[in-house]
Amino acid sequence: MDGPLRTPACFELGPAALSRLMPMHLCLSEDGYVTAIGSTLSRLIHGEAILGQRFFDAFQLRRPTGIGSMASLLARAGARLYINPGACPEMMLRGIAVPLHGGGALINLSFGSALLNAVRDHAMTESDFAPTDLAVELLYLVEAKTAIMDELRHLNERLKGARQVAEENALTDTLTGLRNRRAMDSVLTELVSRQIPFGLMHVDLDYFKQVNDTLGHAAGDALLQHVAMVLMRATRAQDTVARVGGDEFVIIFHGLTETTTLMRIGSRLIESLTQPFDFDGQSCQISASIGITVSTLYCPPEPDRMLSDADQALYASKHAGRGRVSLHKEPDQSP
Amino acid sequence: MHGLMNRAIQGFVQEAYGPVPWDLIAQDINIGSDGFEALMHYDDALTDAALDSVARHLARSRDSVLEDLGTFLVSGTQNRALRRLLRFGGPTFPDFIHSLEELPGRARLAVPDLDMPVLRLEEPHPDVFELTATGYPGIGLVLMGMLRAMADDYGALVLLDHRTEAAFEVVTTTLLEASYAIGSRFDLVVDER
Repeated sequence: MDGPLRTPACFELGPAALSRLMPMHLCLSEDGYVTAIGSTLSRLIHGEAILGQRFFDAFQLRRPTGIGSMASLLARAGARLYINPGACPEMMLRGIAVPLHGGGALINLSFGSALLNAVRDHAMTESDFAPTDLAVELLYLVEAKTAIMDELRHLNERLKGARQVAEENALTDTLTGLRNRRAMDSVLTELVSRQIPFGLMHVDLDYFKQVNDTLGHAAGDALLQHVAMVLMRATRAQDTVARVGGDEFVIIFHGLTETTTLMRIGSRLIESLTQPFDFDGQSCQISASIGITVSTLYCPPEPDRMLSDADQALYASKHAGRGRVSLHKEPDQSP
Repeated sequence: MHGLMNRAIQGFVQEAYGPVPWDLIAQDINIGSDGFEALMHYDDALTDAALDSVARHLARSRDSVLEDLGTFLVSGTQNRALRRLLRFGGPTFPDFIHSLEELPGRARLAVPDLDMPVLRLEEPHPDVFELTATGYPGIGLVLMGMLRAMADDYGALVLLDHRTEAAFEVVTTTLLEASYAIGSRFDLVVDER
């Protein structure tokens, strides 16, 4: 660079030009009085009442703290200021102060996060901002963001709906990997329609609630997974093991209607399930009550009635002191 | 093509013609009856197929469908957000026209992955604006429909014309009267209280 840049020593701007460039400015005299207010700021804080007042009376300079005089204000010339207009104490404005030639100061203000509220509360329009101000862009972005958030929320709702449908259509109990009630229903319907005989065993855990209550849900979940494993081990590949409630299971034994065999399997299951179960070093003990019925007792077998009979047999086991197997004996003769 | 565009096609058919034609179109182009997702991307060929199918099922020319789609984007009841975003272009219709070159940039501020046409604005005579659009074929017709609806929104009286050149399309707007009617109101911030 050869010589010094030629810049004008100082600008002279009329109030209208200054107001268009910085519609939120304040001019302060050497002794701290407000001598001019930008058009937008004037509208927001009733400028006509502020004009001629002492700046430090009409505004509260919140940060940096300790600025109460023109000298201390100009000592922080160029720094970011946080200012509350006395007329709008809830509105926190951002500002910058620079010294004016010949004394006094020029302060320019803008909205920080107060922008949205200010625009709404004071019905501001684009002409309240300088065309170079990005405030309107910010409002545009807020609006665009809101529209996209809405779209995302709809997408999430649709996905949630799709997930629900998928879950309703699923055949597996997610916790244990066993079949669920829906799968059990379809197996029963199929066996009945194909006239394949089967045994139906309803298993209900005893004292499971106490484990859940004392050791927590994680222990309860681990226990249910353990029970599922025990039930799977005690059955054959062609049998169906389903979890049909919190701690209720139904086993369908394909082609097996021999009641003594089923009673023996039931007793063995209870024996296995009564073994103490270890969760994180804590031992817990449960048991199970079982009710059994077989399709050959019915003509024709009806899934609902069989389930209800197995359930009644189960409750007979519970009433007889839990931890035992009961067989549904007589088919219900009532219509 | 961005899902927003495809979703707009779907919204246009559903709002203007009801659920029946849309279900047929969805079957035609092999997407589920839920249709397009606004925030996903689709192959351009699928958008093309959708437009062809719309034209066939509505027994209308593809060009007129595209133009109506543009109008729907601004004035459809489900598109209030877009109308508002466009109104941020400026307080008067000429201001809005002048902001059009900025439109793709503005749109990408909101949706960074949106594929927008390249727009260039010329003013050959006072009150005559030539908007040149390069991008998706037919985009000029969509823009013409949008401009028609925006002129209405601002209350401006305009004449619109569209022509296709080799690699681009030109939409000419002749402003007859900037404030012919009272436009619809626009507040910078929506009062939701």
